[in-house]
Amino acid sequence: MVPISHYLMLAAILFAIGVTGIFLNRKNVILLLMCIELMLLAVNFNFIAFSRMLDDVMGQVFVFFILTVAAAEAAIGLAILVVLFRARQSINVEDLDTLRG
Amino acid sequence: MTLESLNIGPAIPEIFLLCAICTVLLVDVFLKDSQRGITYVLSMLSLLGTAVLLAGLEVPVREMSFFDSFVMDPTARVLKLFSVGAMAVVFVYSRSYLQQSGMFRGEYFVLSLFALLGILVMISASSLLTMYLGLELLSLSLYAMVAFNRESPLAAEAAMKYFVLGAIASGSLLYGISMIYGATGTVNLEEIAAAVSAGEATLVLMLIGIAFVLVGIAFKFGAVPFHMWLPDVYQGAPTAVTLFIASVPKIASFALVLRVLVEGLGDLFESWQAMVIVIAVLSMVVGNVVAIAQTNLKRMLAYSTISHVGFILVGFASGTTLGIEAAMFYTLAYVIMALGAFGMIILLSREGFEAEQLEDFKGLNTRSPWFALVMLMIMFSMAGVPPFVGFFAKVAVFGAAIDAGLAWLAILGVLFSVVGAYYYLRVVWYMYFEPPAETLRIGPSADLRVIVSLNGIAVLALGLLPGALFALAAGAGI
Repeated sequence: MVPISHYLMLAAILFAIGVTGIFLNRKNVILLLMCIELMLLAVNFNFIAFSRMLDDVMGQVFVFFILTVAAAEAAIGLAILVVLFRARQSINVEDLDTLRG
Repeated sequence: MTLESLNIGPAIPEIFLLCAICTVLLVDVFLKDSQRGITYVLSMLSLLGTAVLLAGLEVPVREMSFFDSFVMDPTARVLKLFSVGAMAVVFVYSRSYLQQSGMFRGEYFVLSLFALLGILVMISASSLLTMYLGLELLSLSLYAMVAFNRESPLAAEAAMKYFVLGAIASGSLLYGISMIYGATGTVNLEEIAAAVSAGEATLVLMLIGIAFVLVGIAFKFGAVPFHMWLPDVYQGAPTAVTLFIASVPKIASFALVLRVLVEGLGDLFESWQAMVIVIAVLSMVVGNVVAIAQTNLKRMLAYSTISHVGFILVGFASGTTLGIEAAMFYTLAYVIMALGAFGMIILLSREGFEAEQLEDFKGLNTRSPWFALVMLMIMFSMAGVPPFVGFFAKVAVFGAAIDAGLAWLAILGVLFSVVGAYYYLRVVWYMYFEPPAETLRIGPSADLRVIVSLNGIAVLALGLLPGALFALAAGAGI
């Protein structure tokens, strides 16, 4: 059987890719949404691995809630994206710099 | 499994609020634009009903429901009643602002009420799952509210930044929660506390979990170094939304720290105290220093919020019951002050004009001596000048820190309060010693004028009789 540490490592790498993607990406807001999704999925990976290790169903229940909330979050994120594009005609991350100080 | 075993009694106010929100949402669909007043009245009625149910609830020391994932205790009741009351004040403030700016739509009220429901759930969370769901209900409503003014590019940009950073915060919080789940085998806060004190938890996983959870909490609270979203959101959002974000959700952040760190992870106090102290110190320093450079009042108040968050965290860092009560007192006092400060901005705004620059307060004394005095009281209170409520909040927090042997932290806090006094006093200087840029009378509706006045008087009255609010915080029996 694959030891739990392998699963945790994989989840940690996925999570790190998600976070670095958000901070390195300077091009497109949609990529940010994808990175956010990746972070949440990495967390789901953790939960399921632990749930299996502990033989406890709570982790899997948590995953269903996260999936549901992530769907709602993506919907709101895309809605804001549409508003942003209408107001600015651009979804370039570098253009999001009017508010500063 | 029966309905009785769920014990839904303690959650009746939340259930009522949810039904009321759905009613408001449905009724609003059938209203014409000229009838939006009905939505407003219905929203106020749902707040009233929730408050009555909360007040009528018999609260024993601690009652669990929904299989130990929802808790009702005296602390929760005080925080909830306060949140509902503050929400009502927010609605009164927002109404005329929204009417002036053509944003008087039902969505504002429905989203606010959903956010309030999220706050109430967070206050009563006794499982990390409940906490997460409450937090997301609050956050998702807030993201939408920031983008509420669809024509404004600033609001859209602020909403996008808020959304992305908020999602990172949720992700980090969840990652921490998954680690804590792995270490203890449960997401129930009481069982986590039991597992930790029995030494059954895997310490390494626990420490990683705490670090990630703390990052998430700091993001949501708006503490340095995770504060980047706060000034942008405060400035970009419509003032009515800023008013809301600045006030009631801070009670939820307080509840988040109280439930997760103090109740769930209290036995690991040594491992999170240092991190909280670092965040608190950074918040006090950055908040107070950067605020000096601001010319936009909303942005200045955002940095002032960051510094207040630092002071609240000092209370938690002391780790004593006294410190937590002090933090609660500070949070409640802060909510009252923030409501007043943003209420003043709304009061001075009118159609097509937002009084969000510091210059807009020039010579307020000649235009309206009374409201200049109200603003003076609020600014003095935020700066921590006696006899206003902000002074006693700071005294309580620093007193608790000294008691816990963190005298250096208290001294640092006092030092940066003095730095902070500069920019609050600058507002007072503008109001009293600069000639007015315009001579228009302040003229919005009577209810707004009355409630701003009451807000200012509350800041003074609670300062003269700090016992009342402190008894509320202490009597909550943390």
